[in-house]
Amino acid sequence: MMKFLTRRLISMIPVLIVISIVTFTLMKLTPGGPWDKGEGRREMSQATRELLDRKYNLDKPDWQQYVLYMWGAVRGDLGPSLQYKDRGVTELLFDAGPGRQFWESRFGRSASLGLIALGIAIVMGLPIGVLAAIKQNTWIDYLSLFIATIGSSIPSFVMGMFFILIFSVVLHWFPTQFSTAQEGDWKPWVMPTLVLSFGLTAFLARLTRATMLETIRQDYVRTARAKGLGERAVILKHALKNSLIPVATVLGPAMAGLITGSFFIEYMFSFPGMGRNFVTSVSSRDYSMIMGTTLFYAVLISLANLTVDVVYGWLDPRIKVS
Amino acid sequence: MAVATKQQTGTAALNPLGVALLDRKPRSLWSDAWIRLRRNKAAMAAIAIILAFYLIAIFASVIAPYGFNQQFSDASLRQPVWLKRSDPRFLLGTDGIGRDVVSRAIYASQVSMAVGVIPISLYLIIGGTIGMTAGFIGGRVDNLLMRVTDIVYAFPGLLFLIIMGVAFRDSWIGAQLNGLVLVFVSLAIVGWEGMARLVRGQVLQAKEKEYVEAARMIGASNARIMTKHIVPNILAPLIISIAFSVPGAIIAEAGLSFLGLGIKGPFPSWGSMIVEGQQALFANPGIVLAPTIGIALLLLSFTFLGDGLRDALDPRLKQ
Repeated sequence: MMKFLTRRLISMIPVLIVISIVTFTLMKLTPGGPWDKGEGRREMSQATRELLDRKYNLDKPDWQQYVLYMWGAVRGDLGPSLQYKDRGVTELLFDAGPGRQFWESRFGRSASLGLIALGIAIVMGLPIGVLAAIKQNTWIDYLSLFIATIGSSIPSFVMGMFFILIFSVVLHWFPTQFSTAQEGDWKPWVMPTLVLSFGLTAFLARLTRATMLETIRQDYVRTARAKGLGERAVILKHALKNSLIPVATVLGPAMAGLITGSFFIEYMFSFPGMGRNFVTSVSSRDYSMIMGTTLFYAVLISLANLTVDVVYGWLDPRIKVS
Repeated sequence: MAVATKQQTGTAALNPLGVALLDRKPRSLWSDAWIRLRRNKAAMAAIAIILAFYLIAIFASVIAPYGFNQQFSDASLRQPVWLKRSDPRFLLGTDGIGRDVVSRAIYASQVSMAVGVIPISLYLIIGGTIGMTAGFIGGRVDNLLMRVTDIVYAFPGLLFLIIMGVAFRDSWIGAQLNGLVLVFVSLAIVGWEGMARLVRGQVLQAKEKEYVEAARMIGASNARIMTKHIVPNILAPLIISIAFSVPGAIIAEAGLSFLGLGIKGPFPSWGSMIVEGQQALFANPGIVLAPTIGIALLLLSFTFLGDGLRDALDPRLKQ
């Protein structure tokens, strides 16, 4: 097991190096620079530009900049932000400022959004799938299948717009923007989390239904019934447990989907998280922020996939971890 | 498939029940699949809707009542006809500078429909070639190509699309076809990976089959084995995978345009219309209505078509 983990972790390194090189190259190919005149920024003199270039190592050859950056990144320093004066990328992403908790930082907020959505998806998706399978070919089954098909084929930003139209414009229940939030108010969280979880809920429901239909026809389920076990125990203890294995395998890509899906949700609801931050950092050429965020996302997605492989082996001992 | 057809006609001629069977046309795997697909009402409705979208896109300039950038300065932000501040000329109202929402949505369908064809063809060409080469040659070539595929898989695709959008938006390639060419290229770079894996896996399986061995035995060349024996046998899973990759490409383009990194204005895209509409949400909710319903209907149709094709082409999967 340890050998498997180390090998998988080591195999992530070349992938991350290639990703960082590609990102760095593309970034350098982008016309314009961090000191260009932009919204709320003054035109800078040539002397100031040179001074800033020297301060942030931008006067060195590109390959040196890359090596310097990566050397910092390995030690947890994602470089100084070029768009916010005197603040580091690591600090901007993970530190909410004095007296505030981690959950109020940019990454903390995005992570809360994603985790709540994941929770909603599991709590709603699994029971819907199980129910649809037990009541196969009844209206319950058709209804949940229909909703699940809609949920898994329509992207988050379109679904978000439907939610805003219904719950904000017509019913006035929830605000359209997150920024109007008061501290500690739950209302602005409702729509972003629900919209983000919708696709995954639908996907989990579809998958649970399919695997459940397969398991309830197995011999051991019939045996369980034959020995007089109650329907509840048969479904929960025997059928469901074995239906969960394929479901667990999709949770890795699903988490990656939640992470990137939150881009649109954060943009749509003006949610002050990491995804929206990335979009603004790209347009203001904040080189170190772009590199830092991309690398961090890549690590996160790789780790999510690795976790699933481990969980998979643990759920089904027949599958050899190799 | 051709072999199966010949066999059927052959046995029919020898069949003791004879005459009646001779009238029956031989059925290939493809015509069987078509019959199964035709019975699937959801899939047939989906095909009709997709065809309708293609017709709308092709004949946009004929169908649309106004131009996509035609401005009516006297009628900005009119609401849909069923709301108070409406104008009978504009079914879903107008946007902030007085452009007809329906016309813009119709022209925007051209973008989505093109994205449903061209990047997918590029996936097929790149992924197909790489998967085919890796699977057929094997060994060191296979290892190298699969490493490259792994890296593309691990790359956060959306981040790459965003960076590409920003990097080349103002360059020569970003200016072609209102930015559409750049979207095609970026999608092709990150999108071929799934197709390559699928083709490689299928080729590896097919390579071990007896009919390939037999073909090799009678001295068929590699090229002939690939095109005449392997390709026809892996076509069914490929077609299913194509039907399921189209929505992904359409979503990616709409998403990029939603973030302001896809199609360049004033040409409309459903994604950019959603953002424009969100800014004027309370003044005219009609602006977001058209693109969201358009995307939702189109994507649902592709899902139903994909499901239908899977059931029709691979009956073993059906319970």
